[in-house]
This record gives sequence, C-alpha cells and structure tokens, in this order.
Amino acid sequence: MIRLPLVLVFSALLFSAGVYGVLARRNAVLVLMSIELMLNAVNVNLVGFSAALRSLTGQIFALFVIAVAAAEVGIGLAIVILLFRNRETINVDEVNLLKW
Amino acid sequence: MPLDNVVFWVFAPIAVASAIAMLVQRNAVHAALLLIVNFFCIAVFYLLLGAPFLFAVQVIVYAGAIMVLFLFVIMLLGVDRGDTLRERLVGQRPAAIGLGLALALEVFFAVRAGVGFAAKAPVGFEKVNAGGNAQALARVLFRDYFFPFEATSVLLIVAAIAAMVLAQRKARAITQAGAEAAGRGEVA
Amino acid sequence: MLPTPKLDFLPVLPELILAGAGIVTLLYEALAPRASRATHLGLSLVGLAAAAGASIALWDRTGDPTVLAGAIQADRLAVVARVIIISVAAVGLLLGTHYYDRSGDERRGEFYPLVLFATTGMTLIVAAADLIVVFLALEILSLSLYVLTGMSRRGQATEASMKYFLLGAFASAFFLYGVAMAYGATGTTKIAGIAHALAGQTGGQALALVALGFLAIGFGFKVSAVPFHMWTPDVYQGAPTPVTAFMAAATKVAAFGALIRVLDVSFQPLAWDWMPVIWALAAASVVVGSVLAIAQSDVKRMLAYSSIAHAGFVLTGLTAANQDGIRAALFYLIAYAMMTLGSFGVVMLVSVRGEERTSLASYSGLGRRQPLLAGLMALFMLSLAGIPPTAGFIAKVGVFGAAIRAGHWQLALVGVVSSVAAAFFYLRVVVLMYMQEPQGEEQEEDRSPLPRLALAVPAILTLVLGVFPQMLLGVLDKASVLRW
Repeated sequence: MIRLPLVLVFSALLFSAGVYGVLARRNAVLVLMSIELMLNAVNVNLVGFSAALRSLTGQIFALFVIAVAAAEVGIGLAIVILLFRNRETINVDEVNLLKW
Repeated sequence: MPLDNVVFWVFAPIAVASAIAMLVQRNAVHAALLLIVNFFCIAVFYLLLGAPFLFAVQVIVYAGAIMVLFLFVIMLLGVDRGDTLRERLVGQRPAAIGLGLALALEVFFAVRAGVGFAAKAPVGFEKVNAGGNAQALARVLFRDYFFPFEATSVLLIVAAIAAMVLAQRKARAITQAGAEAAGRGEVA
Repeated sequence: MLPTPKLDFLPVLPELILAGAGIVTLLYEALAPRASRATHLGLSLVGLAAAAGASIALWDRTGDPTVLAGAIQADRLAVVARVIIISVAAVGLLLGTHYYDRSGDERRGEFYPLVLFATTGMTLIVAAADLIVVFLALEILSLSLYVLTGMSRRGQATEASMKYFLLGAFASAFFLYGVAMAYGATGTTKIAGIAHALAGQTGGQALALVALGFLAIGFGFKVSAVPFHMWTPDVYQGAPTPVTAFMAAATKVAAFGALIRVLDVSFQPLAWDWMPVIWALAAASVVVGSVLAIAQSDVKRMLAYSSIAHAGFVLTGLTAANQDGIRAALFYLIAYAMMTLGSFGVVMLVSVRGEERTSLASYSGLGRRQPLLAGLMALFMLSLAGIPPTAGFIAKVGVFGAAIRAGHWQLALVGVVSSVAAAFFYLRVVVLMYMQEPQGEEQEEDRSPLPRLALAVPAILTLVLGVFPQMLLGVLDKASVLRW
C-alpha cells in the first residue's frame, strides 16, 4: 500500500492546480474543467483515507462526488452554451453587464 | 521497492504534469485531452488504493462520459476559440505556486504530526472488501447510506430539468440575442 | 439478503412531501402545458402547507434524534429552520407568479418545481446529520438556484447564473476538501461522530484544523461572508427579483442551519480554534457589507451588500459557541429572512414589467405615489437598520448580547458602529420616499392585490416580533438545544 502522506501531498498538488486554473483561466469551459480537477483531487483524498482507515465510507463518498460532478457539469455546460447564445462569448472577463 | 510504489512513482508525475500542462494550454481541446490523461492516472491510483470499483467508475463516468461532454461543448462553441494566458493580476502565478506548495507541505506535516488513526486497530482491507469491492460497496451503500442514495435522485431530477429549461428556449433566445446585440450597438 | 436498517421515514416526511410536490407540478407542466399559473401555484402551496404541517408535527417527537442510519437529525432546530424556509418559499412563489405574469416573459412552468426542489434541499440541509447528506442537500439547492437565477430572458440573468454557478462549484470543491480532511482526521463523516472522535483525541489535531479551515471557506461562500462575498451583489442584482427574494432569505437560513451543526456539534471540541476565525469573518462582513452598501445606487445591489453585513451579524452570534449564541443567531435569521423577503418584494412591485426602475432614484416620492408600498418599504428599512420597535432591533440586541456574554465585546462594538453607519443608507431610502418629489413623468404603477397580501406576512412578523419577541424566544429556547 502506498503511504498516506504521499497520496495526500499528490492530491494537494492537484487541488492547488485546480484552484489556480479557476482563478487564472478565462474560458468558462476551462474554468469548469479546473473545478473538475479539484473534485478529483478530493476523490483521491477520500479514497486514500478510505484505504488508510480501512473503512468504505470514503469510497462511498467518492461515488457520490462523481455523481454530483456529473450533474454539475451537465448544468454548467448548459449555462455556458446559453451564455454563448446570448452574448457570443464564453470569456468570463467579457461577461460584464454586471459589475464584477 | 514494492510494485505499488513503482506504479505510484510512474503515474504521479504524469498526473501532476498533465494537470499543470492543462493549466497553461492555450487550446481548449488539448486541455481537455490532458485532463483525460490526468483522470486515467487517478483511476490507476484508485486501483492501487484498493478501490477497483471506483477505478471502473472513474474511467467510464469521468474519463468517458464527462470529458466527452466537455469535448462536445468545446466543438460546439468552436475549436479555434483560444484562451489568452495573460495574467489578470500581477504576480498571480508565483503566488499561486507558492500557496500550492505550502498547502502540500501543510498537509504533509499535518499527517506526519500523527492524526490518531494509526492507533486504531486496522481490520485489514481484505476483510472489508470481502466478497469483492463492488459487493462490499453495495452492502454499505444500500444499508448505511441508502438515504443519501435516495437524495441523489432529487439531484438528478433537478439536473435534468435544468438542462431542459436552459436549452429549450432556442428560437426565442436567438432572436432575443440579436435584438440585444442591436440594442448594445446603438448605445455604443 | 441485506439486513435492512430500521426505517423511520417520519422525520423526513417534509422533504418527501416537498419533493413529491415538485414532481407533481413538473408532471402537471408536462401533461397540461396550457394550464394557468394559478393551478401550479395552488398545487405548490398545498405541498408547502403539508410540508410545514409535517415539520411542526415533529416538534414533540421523542426517541432517538438520529434516524435513517445516521443520515438525519430529527431535532427542534431542524423543525424551526424548516418552517422558516417553507414560509419563505411560499411567499417567494406568490411573488414569482406575479412577476412572471407581469414581465411579459414566456411561461415559466418550471419555476414551481425548481423552487420546490430548492426548498427540499434547504430543509434537508438543516436536518442533515451526516456531511454526505449536507453535501448532497447543498448541491440540490445550489443547482436549482443556478437555474432559477437564469430564469429570465435578460442577458444579465444568464450572466448572474454563470457567475453564481462557477463560484458556487468552486466553493463546493473547497467544502468537499474540508469534508475529506475531516473524514481523514476522525474516520467518520457523521456530524456527531466527528465530535466524539475529536473529543477522544489528545493533541495532533492538525488535520482536523485543516478540515475546519476548508469547511469555513465553503460555508463562507454559501452564507456570503467577507472575503467570500464577491458573487453576492452580481447574483442578487442579475437574478429575477422574486428569485433574489427567495434565495437571499432562504439560502442563508439553510446554510447557517448546517453551519451551526458543523461548528457547535462536530467541531465543538475545537471551539477555541474556530472562534477567532468566525470572529474575523463576522467583523469583516459587518464592516465591508455596511461600507460598500453606502456607495450603491441600485436598490438590489444595496440590499445585496446589506445581506453580507447581516451574515456578519449572524456570525457574531455564533462566536459565542453556546446555546445562547445559537438562539440569538436563530432569532436573527428569522428576522433577517422576513425583512429581506419583504424588501425585495417591494422592489419587485416598484419595478414594473421585470427589472426596470431598480435605481434608488425611482424611489423618490414613492410615499405620495404608492403610500402602502412606501409604508412597507419604510418598515423593512427600519428593521434592517435595527431601529425599534422592529424585529431587526431585537435581533441585533440578541446577537450583540450573546457575543458580549461570551467575552467578545470588541466584536459587538464593531457591530454597533457598523450598524450606525449602515443606518445611513437604509434611512436614505426612507427620506427619498417621503421627503422628495416624484421624478419624471407619470408612469404605470403596479397595483395588484395578491403580492401585497403575500408581503403582509413578512411585514406583520417584522412588527410583531419587534414588539412581542417573547412569543418566539420561548420556542427558540427549546430549538437551540442540539441533541446528539
């Protein structure tokens, strides 16, 4: 079994990469992809803890996260398409009818 | 070095590298493909960590369904739509890298500081996974977590309605967009 | 064959009814697409009334408070929070029906099921006894609200919806990371189980502290506390006004309900560690919300900043980390829900046909043009400012008292000073309405009775709770005892 700290550090790196992506990318689809990266980092954490604690709760939780992520992506992409139809852009900086 | 660790040290750098490459990738399609690579590596970790069922789910749902949806939308909106990599805030990238490393270190030391679960008597994962991982998960999911499982159904209904509501006003939305664009043109 | 767990569905009857009503209205919309909104409204209100009844019936429930394999907490906190959320949803539906009748928008039959599903998520989150359920409920309510926010043909609404979605999903990821860490630190995701595990451990709680930090970020976004408030003004301004009214009032109650459980049950053993964090969030929210609200020229935006400040006041109550603080926070949430619902309702009626006339200037002379609306608005503004004899005053006294008794007098001082500054922009609206001449030519006015009737509920409660707070305090005394 891989040692837990390694798994956690690996997941923390992925999570940080996701956070950076959300803050730095401007294409809404890429922002959404970065959020998915963050959710996957969480899942790695959960499965890692699940193995270390020898309890299946973590894996169950990861399963729920995947289900929710699928629903979230569905809605997110629908909103992006709608925005594109209305405004001809998916750049979050150009979306500025409201003051940021 | 046991096989587990060899596999980990092969796939972990690939996963981190593909994640970082995704962040600096200008082309959305390439970014999506890199993310798929990342998700596959994560699936391999699930296998190493004694979660073969999640390995399958990760490949089928994430790398399969979700990423295909992403690619589909990227294609729909135009592949050539690049993204600039210019920073919005000065010094954001170094700050982000610093914070990311700090988070990783923090977690590392938090775990090293000893969190108590080492003291618990481990049952052994083989015993937990008795009769196969999928069967064991099913036993826990449908007994201890049946209520959250049912709550998910409401979530999925909402997602279905949402996609419908957002997508249905096609004809009207397009004429509306045209009118709004014209209105903006006048103001500008 | 699996051994079946003991099934006691009674404690989730309100959620089952709400979800059922949501499905019925959805099917009705699909099967009878030409039916009038009145039928939708009737069906939804019957569902809400039944759910409220089922919640109240749970008040005297005895026996094991944790049911359904540890997923649901059947205590009185859940009952009180559910009743508030359901009442807010009922008024929100009445306002929404009027809004879509008037705005000349296409029919929006999906408005009703989505509000009902959002309500399901909100009532579920306040009753959740497991962080998995908290997460799922959070997503049910958030996903419904993302769509409701975009339910208008204005470009602004779509934009608000997207901002809300991206930042909401971002916050969910932080919340999840926190839950994962809490699971790693304690080996469980049960809210009470985490507390038992933390109380049993000595030292080495670094992982639990990391968990706490991430959970605070996640909840901070949901309750829109500074510095996680950036989305609030845009979303509240861009969303259709009845949706804003519903989400500003109900989401805050739901998110705070869950936050109270997480802080005062799960992380009670670490109370001394989270107290400074909540302290800082409270102080920042109160100050930033009040200061930025002064600069706004749009009423919806001003109310959005004011809601940020109010989140800070609720957090002020929570810094006490005891029953006293929970009671004060609950009272504040009820008062806040009523006055926010009411003021956004008035905003909706002043801005005829959708979202025209939401600028502050359109309120000048309202006292002459529409005395009733102006009177209601004045009442809500005075309450938001915390001037007696309104619920807002009693609520503020409550949270400041709880904070001072717990030794946080500096925080109470910050709160009082900010309240004084905030009174400026609330009273500015009142002055505009009564001391200025109406501007511009005569415009079409909205004089329909139904939404005014709906607004009577928050108005009466704002006054009654301000004059006779004891009526509610007795109930809240019992509700603020967390059984676990």
